[in-house]
Amino acid sequence: MTVENPPVGRQGVWADLVGQEPIVAVLSMAVDTASAALAGDPSVTGMSHAWLFTGPPGSGRSNAARAYAAALECERGGCGECSECRTTLAGSHPDVTLVRTEQLSIKVDEVRELVRKAAMSPTGRRWQVLVVEDADRLTEQAADALLKSVEEPAARTIWLLCAPTIEDVVPTIRSRCRMLSLRTPPPGAVAAVLTERDGVPEDVATFAARASQGHIGRARALAADEATRSRRRDVLALPSRLHDIGACVMAAAQLIEAADEEAAAIADRLDPAERAGLEQALGVGTRGVRVRGAAASLKELADQHKTRRKRFQRDALDRSLTDLMSFYRDVLMLQTGSGVVLVNEEVRRDVEAMAHRESAENTLRRIEAILECREALEGNVAPLLAVESLMLDLARPE
Amino acid sequence: MARPRAADVLGRVTLVTGPEEFLAERTVRTVIDAVRTADAEADVTQVDGAELGSGAFSELTSPSLFSTSRVVVVRQVQDAPEEPVAGLLRYAESPDDDLALVVVHPGGQKGRGVVDKLRKIGVVEVKSETPKQYELPRFVTAEVQAEGGSIGEEAAAALVDAIGPDLRALSAAGGQLTHDSGGEPITVDVVRRYFGGRAEVKSFAVADAAIGGDPARSLEQLRWAMGNGVAPVLMTSAFASGLRALARYVSAPRGLKDNDLAREVGVPPWKLRTLRTQARGWSQTGLAAAIKAVARADAEVKGAADDADHALERMVLAVTGARTTR
Ligand SMILES: [Zn+2]
Repeated sequence: MTVENPPVGRQGVWADLVGQEPIVAVLSMAVDTASAALAGDPSVTGMSHAWLFTGPPGSGRSNAARAYAAALECERGGCGECSECRTTLAGSHPDVTLVRTEQLSIKVDEVRELVRKAAMSPTGRRWQVLVVEDADRLTEQAADALLKSVEEPAARTIWLLCAPTIEDVVPTIRSRCRMLSLRTPPPGAVAAVLTERDGVPEDVATFAARASQGHIGRARALAADEATRSRRRDVLALPSRLHDIGACVMAAAQLIEAADEEAAAIADRLDPAERAGLEQALGVGTRGVRVRGAAASLKELADQHKTRRKRFQRDALDRSLTDLMSFYRDVLMLQTGSGVVLVNEEVRRDVEAMAHRESAENTLRRIEAILECREALEGNVAPLLAVESLMLDLARPE
Repeated sequence: MARPRAADVLGRVTLVTGPEEFLAERTVRTVIDAVRTADAEADVTQVDGAELGSGAFSELTSPSLFSTSRVVVVRQVQDAPEEPVAGLLRYAESPDDDLALVVVHPGGQKGRGVVDKLRKIGVVEVKSETPKQYELPRFVTAEVQAEGGSIGEEAAAALVDAIGPDLRALSAAGGQLTHDSGGEPITVDVVRRYFGGRAEVKSFAVADAAIGGDPARSLEQLRWAMGNGVAPVLMTSAFASGLRALARYVSAPRGLKDNDLAREVGVPPWKLRTLRTQARGWSQTGLAAAIKAVARADAEVKGAADDADHALERMVLAVTGARTTR
């Protein structure tokens, strides 16, 4: 079967992979190899059954893994239109298992379940694909449980693991995988997608692409949502406001509150629908039906929602820290004389004022303080306290 | 001293002695309030002995152009140099009718000479002794009554039992219960309901002692709490919330009414008293250092649990050490 060959990266399941042309080229070839192997072509050797997708947040590593999964299942190499493609991308294809966790770690029990599935033949005619979107969250035990299956996969099984960097994945696992690292898409590519596909006006697209620093999801949110833009403006106003200790603790409270609000906005949209879905599945409210364990299942879902909300809060706070970091990077650019276009052009005056007033050394200390705050948050330090400490460091770096 | 009137303090020297800072501060407050009640425009000046330079004392006590009644508070009189001390003693012999002078001495040998000489002159002395354990329930009862509430003997004892001997914490708890019970007598049940979570209360007492500048008491209570299984994260969180309120308090705009100030700071109004006392002795730099130390300790207790006790002790010392940082 032949398909026409339009430029890669602009069509089918690959269309969403902005600025990742080299990756798309590799994956397209891998899809051809896999098809040849299925067709029984004896010349095919050394096909990869385990892949590790890495890339900075927003580069689209899990999108890339899903697109590849769809292309593997698709009779036409990832047309993006057939039911194989669509169900894979939507997460409902019977032979494609997507594992993503809102929890902080993936436990060994979940992995054992996956490994059982990996040992089975696909229900369809093509591949059994297992996508682990947060391979960096595998516990050591979980990674051990996974190892054998990744090492000696069943003939029709393919593992796709995703993580921010290869260091985030235990060495035993990563040494068995073929690595693919996605890059941060250039702002031009992001802006082009926003205008061409989402119909965003050019000036807004340019702003969103620049401000998101190549994070496509973030760029979309910035382009589409005034509340997101306004939260970002508030964050960028902080560095010039830290004039005394009261201002520092207020600023910290404001950041945490904004993160909570943002998380609530997302969670309030997702939670009720999921709960309603589960209730319907359990037959809750149906006359004469009493489902055993319904209460326990609902309680479990409620717990998951709570954990997920916490993770949303962390993610939102992390985005604010990224914005803050970009502010001080801009300051440093001006101080070292290498700044032409700032990430935060819209607050250039504040950036310039700080660049003149402060030493580059202090700017570096502030950037260091933001990194330390991230570390503290990962170490579970109370978020408000960690951010208060950060604001004090930003106000007066030592 | 029962609630004095302006006439009781104007034209007099009030000598406040003794180690219990909470009570001493309260005496100072009652003098200021008495004068202010009689004359809302009264001028109030507060200095530490160490701040007094040559001639400073006569300048402080010389008549003001703008107000008739005045209050001058000299704290830590033991740190004052010789010259102003001589001026002070001279003034005490013939005090000005429109001026209430309050001299505060925290006890101890240093500055004992001034205290003795003032006593000889015959000034009014108010002693701030640390109450004995058995006197504490009576202290609680008085606190609650002063707030306009009532509490039985047994309930007062239960509160002491739950909170420990820290007067500031007891006073704050009494204030909170009175405020929340809306005129109903405070019963043992109410006390249990509020302060049954003894662990949390203990952690606040440890934090209050450290922030109030008493490392010995703070460490002692910390060890007690750790020995009784209080979770280390409760400690760091109590310290964080105490310092947070103080940070907001010290940089709140001046001249707000209590209710507005409480809202600005984010604490219930009864807590302002505690903050007012704690704020003395804290600079912004010191507070910043203290908050960072607590953040470090929080990271430590959440990381290496074995070391939690040491991390918390280091935190207490860092916080009390930061208190005097100018
Ligand atoms: Zn297709």
